[in-house]
Amino acid sequence: MKPAPFAYEKPGTMAELFGLLAEHGADAAILAGGQSLMATMNMRLSAPEILVDINGLKELSGISVSEDKLSIGALTRHCDVASSEDVAARVPLIHLAMPYVAHAAIRNRGTFGGSVALADPASEIPACMVCLDGEIEITGAMGVRCVPATTYFKGLYETDLQEGEIVTAVHVPVLGDGERHAFDEITRRHGDYAMAGLAASASVSGTTLLNVRLAYFGVAGTPVLAIKAGAALEGTINDSCISAAQNALDSDLDPFDDIGCSAATKLHLAKVLLDRVVRRLVAVQ
Amino acid sequence: MSGLTIHDRPNSYIGRSVSRPNIRRLVEGKGRFTDDMSLPRMLFAAFLRSPYAHAEIVTIDTSAAEAAPGVVRVVTGKEMADVCSPWIGVLSHLEGLKSQPQYALPIEKATWQGEAVVAVVAETRAQAEDAVELVEVEWNELPVVADMEMALDEATHVIHSDLGDNLAWQREFATDGIDAVFEAADQVVEETFHFGRHTGVTLEARSILSDYDSSEEQLTVYLATQTPHMMQTLFAKHMGLEDHRVRVISGDVGGAFGIKVHSYADEYATVALSIMLKRPVKFIADRLESFTNDIHARDHRITARMAVSQDGEIQAIDYDDVTGVGPYSVYPRTSGIEANQVVNMTGAQYACPNYRARTNVVFQNKTPMCQYRAVGHPILTALTEGLVDKAADAIGMDPVDIRRKNLLPDDSYPRKSPTGMLFEQLSHQESLEKIVQMMDYEMLRKEQGKLRDQGVYRGIGIATFIEVTNPSAMFYGIGGAPISAQDGATIRLDAKGNIIVQTGVTEQGQGTEAVIAQVAATALGVTMDKIKVLTGDTDITPCGGGTWASRAAGVGGEAAAQAGHALRQRILEVAAIMLQADAGTLDIQENVIVDVADGRERISLAEVGRVAYYRPDTLPKDFQSELMVTRHYVPKDYPFAFTNGVQASYLEVDPATGIVTLLNHWVVEDCGTVINPQLVDEQIRGGVVQGIGGALYEECLYSPEGQLLNGNMADYLVPMAGEMPDIQVAHVESRTADSELGAKGAGEAGTAGAPGVIMNAINDALKPLNARVTRQPFTPERILQALKTV
Amino acid sequence: MDKAVQVSMSVNSEAVNRTVEPRQSLADFIRNELELTGTHVGCEHGVCGACTVRLDGQIVRGCLTLAVQADGCTVETIEGLTESGEIADLQNAFVTRNAAQCGFCTPGMLLTAAELLAADPGASREEIRKHISGNYCRCTGYQAVVDAIESTARNRLGEAS
Repeated sequence: MKPAPFAYEKPGTMAELFGLLAEHGADAAILAGGQSLMATMNMRLSAPEILVDINGLKELSGISVSEDKLSIGALTRHCDVASSEDVAARVPLIHLAMPYVAHAAIRNRGTFGGSVALADPASEIPACMVCLDGEIEITGAMGVRCVPATTYFKGLYETDLQEGEIVTAVHVPVLGDGERHAFDEITRRHGDYAMAGLAASASVSGTTLLNVRLAYFGVAGTPVLAIKAGAALEGTINDSCISAAQNALDSDLDPFDDIGCSAATKLHLAKVLLDRVVRRLVAVQ
Repeated sequence: MSGLTIHDRPNSYIGRSVSRPNIRRLVEGKGRFTDDMSLPRMLFAAFLRSPYAHAEIVTIDTSAAEAAPGVVRVVTGKEMADVCSPWIGVLSHLEGLKSQPQYALPIEKATWQGEAVVAVVAETRAQAEDAVELVEVEWNELPVVADMEMALDEATHVIHSDLGDNLAWQREFATDGIDAVFEAADQVVEETFHFGRHTGVTLEARSILSDYDSSEEQLTVYLATQTPHMMQTLFAKHMGLEDHRVRVISGDVGGAFGIKVHSYADEYATVALSIMLKRPVKFIADRLESFTNDIHARDHRITARMAVSQDGEIQAIDYDDVTGVGPYSVYPRTSGIEANQVVNMTGAQYACPNYRARTNVVFQNKTPMCQYRAVGHPILTALTEGLVDKAADAIGMDPVDIRRKNLLPDDSYPRKSPTGMLFEQLSHQESLEKIVQMMDYEMLRKEQGKLRDQGVYRGIGIATFIEVTNPSAMFYGIGGAPISAQDGATIRLDAKGNIIVQTGVTEQGQGTEAVIAQVAATALGVTMDKIKVLTGDTDITPCGGGTWASRAAGVGGEAAAQAGHALRQRILEVAAIMLQADAGTLDIQENVIVDVADGRERISLAEVGRVAYYRPDTLPKDFQSELMVTRHYVPKDYPFAFTNGVQASYLEVDPATGIVTLLNHWVVEDCGTVINPQLVDEQIRGGVVQGIGGALYEECLYSPEGQLLNGNMADYLVPMAGEMPDIQVAHVESRTADSELGAKGAGEAGTAGAPGVIMNAINDALKPLNARVTRQPFTPERILQALKTV
Repeated sequence: MDKAVQVSMSVNSEAVNRTVEPRQSLADFIRNELELTGTHVGCEHGVCGACTVRLDGQIVRGCLTLAVQADGCTVETIEGLTESGEIADLQNAFVTRNAAQCGFCTPGMLLTAAELLAADPGASREEIRKHISGNYCRCTGYQAVVDAIESTARNRLGEAS
């Protein structure tokens, strides 16, 4: 199918962008990488009247590092995040997750901010943001605000983003002393959306974990921070605490049925992932 | 004539892996697919499709759509029926098969979700789609028959009340005294197998560009099809035209696999629109339309049992099958053939005399089902080989040993199966021994045992199979379908010594043109570069059946061989006159007329061509050169050229996730003469992977309301490069004596055997965990459920 | 609303100026306006990879990119890569190994493979399989495609060393 007709604007400045968004309100959609938006438009599942292409706003691209945080501009392509040495060194979780994001041609075009703005429940990036306790930088005509990832993702494709606003960057804390990250997901084919996935971080000392954060994706409308399971893993890791953490997932997670993957299967896979990812965190490196 | 067969010709191309002459343009992006064609004043069609699986069409308001920008015409079922007559997909030899008249656009009701109901023609596809959104249809939803198991229940709604019930066809076959055999058996194993409904997902969607010139009453249809001549006849018949006023041209076809061997309502509609408008109309199915309109296949539930003696003798097979084929039997091949193949062929490779089969083919409100690559064979192979493995397990016998014991001896052919199938020569035993060696079965078993002790669950699967190829008219023609079993080749020499071959078989990437060129070059004694092969045009190729049932090489190739021999003889007659020699002392080798006796070069083919065409005055008055020859061929001694083979799989199941990792895959295949080893091997590999698709990934999932839930490429999974194994292929060559070439088909064997062998390997891996899976595809969830993990 | 937009771009090293509807995809633009039909459209939702083209040197899905977005950009298609000879070795390997059957996926597969070959001619079979895992091929079963890419990679490494 071909998309329904729409108008196209490509602002050259942020001011122009917000002018267009103010003018068109809910009729406008932001075009960043377009890797999800264009697919839905080509199937006429969505039909915005105007596409506002932000690819001309070069200030939205790029990765920068300060002492305690790493910032990724919303327009930064997945491929650039994947190949960034800063990301690999300072926020390994994102580096670990990137190869799981779709396929090469999609990563060349898709943007980090686009994934955050779309908030696909099966997407790797929102879960990484939640796991890292990162912040989403949102800009509107009225100015800039930063929202913790933990409150930004509100429901199925629903975020804190308001009409007239766009995601301009994300900020994540850089790796602390002793902090480790691990990532895994279970898919039927390479590059598919995950049946279940897990982004994890913790402070590691030998086989002891502290500050454990387990962010699941593909199991609910938003990334889910498994608080009780994380708490069960604080301390020395052994079979029994892993088993306790797995049991805690019964209350942390409330998965939905997917095509070909029931809630029960998702919960089970979440437990398998917990075991695998936690053992990776404490593995001798 | 030197009396040499095609196998003894000097400088033979038979058995050589020459590159396909037509592959270069494909790798340079110069393919000529139907959507690449543009014609002056061309219009585009789009269809309003039923959102419901079953609904009465109460009213249709097209006024807003007609007024939309770029719209040329909006057509409903009633107007369409004035131009295109309905059809009924039955064959007389499938006794009792019934179906309802089907229209290009339905008039009274839609019977599956996605059925085209209103056609819009506009200047661009996008405009046509815009206008489709403006067509208003008032629907009256009707009860939906989704579950095939309930289709025949008293309480279930009858889809076509004229037919009386939802039973399309029924067949039963039984040998005498089978119940007594089961009662007396040492062991009886039982199993229920489910085969997921899946579809072909040709990467090029169905594509048609129809052009009608009223001044000459000439209809030209560019169509992505496997069967141009069949489509010519069908379009002519239903548009009320004479066949010779219809030309079907099939350029490059982007994958077919049986999807493009059928006729489709939206394609008839497109042709009718071009006749109505007297302008070219193009319709390219989009991917969403493809999922709900390309034929589906395989949806079967089979409950089966096998009797086996304690020493491993397979004594009896008995099964009950139900298959749901959608609301119509597909025209003209019908939707009874897959079930029929399963009845005909189950267990046919084994010395098992007692056999009973029952099949119910039922209507339901889902996309119509029909023949897709390896028709029936993936089902009957999994059924047979699943039972054999279970029987072996029940009596504690090794899966290879039980097959050694029961596979029909290679020297026992020719023979007839219990259902009357006539087998010429098969090589089950030799093939089995070959694969056991290739895979180093003993070593694998040891490795498997060792790894099990470490908690790694690997499985070894074996599946033998028989595959029907090169069908005679017994398949379709006998039942009244305009489907040619014979095929033809016309070969001519041009004035420069080049050879042009026109063939009725078609190319969809298998290498048809290469194989025809190899055969013609060999028969003639010319080099491949001298040959040009023309296919896929009903105005220029001899009438033939096209490419399906793996018939291109075996049937089309034989016609080319015979035409090549005949043309060589004609050329030699001219040469003999020119050289004042006896034609019997001459031959053609590498484009040159030579003396048979010593190979001495005499004159070039180009010289023969020059004289024959430009200087016939130098030839005797009573001699007329005829350097264009047509020969036709149809298998006569055997209704089908059956092939056989065996596949083996080595895989690992992760019991924690249910994920299957394919580690290795082997195939030994006997397709008779291997004309081009590389092309045959690639057919096998591609076929195996398509079979793996059915085993692990592919399934059209429906809601109880008959809505296809995963009709897009993101949700309907097919095999991708990341998960597929390398596949080792070897051959046994039992040539058919029904032709000089001796080639049987090779295109479907991979698909026939793969699902069964994957199932057996998974179950072998799961054995120590006391779990089994028999519902395809074997998804991680189904494996976890079998393990009682979820 | 949906007024046409002027675009200028370089396509296979030729300057192209056209007026396009915003909704036209880059793939449709290449095929229908420029009549470069080697780029194929297989799904229109970004999954199959048949429409893969190069945009400013990187492979992208032609169906998920709008023609207007290519304004000011460099576009390369299979026709351009063929003409320049950049992937002649890979194309020859596809011919020799019969790594194309119906050929519909082939242009997209070649462009995808070319990106890997340029970045990492030492890629393993597994890496090759992963890299092309976003490109559907329904005919070959992929082995021949992987073989052809692998042999090209090895040859390039051999020539480089």
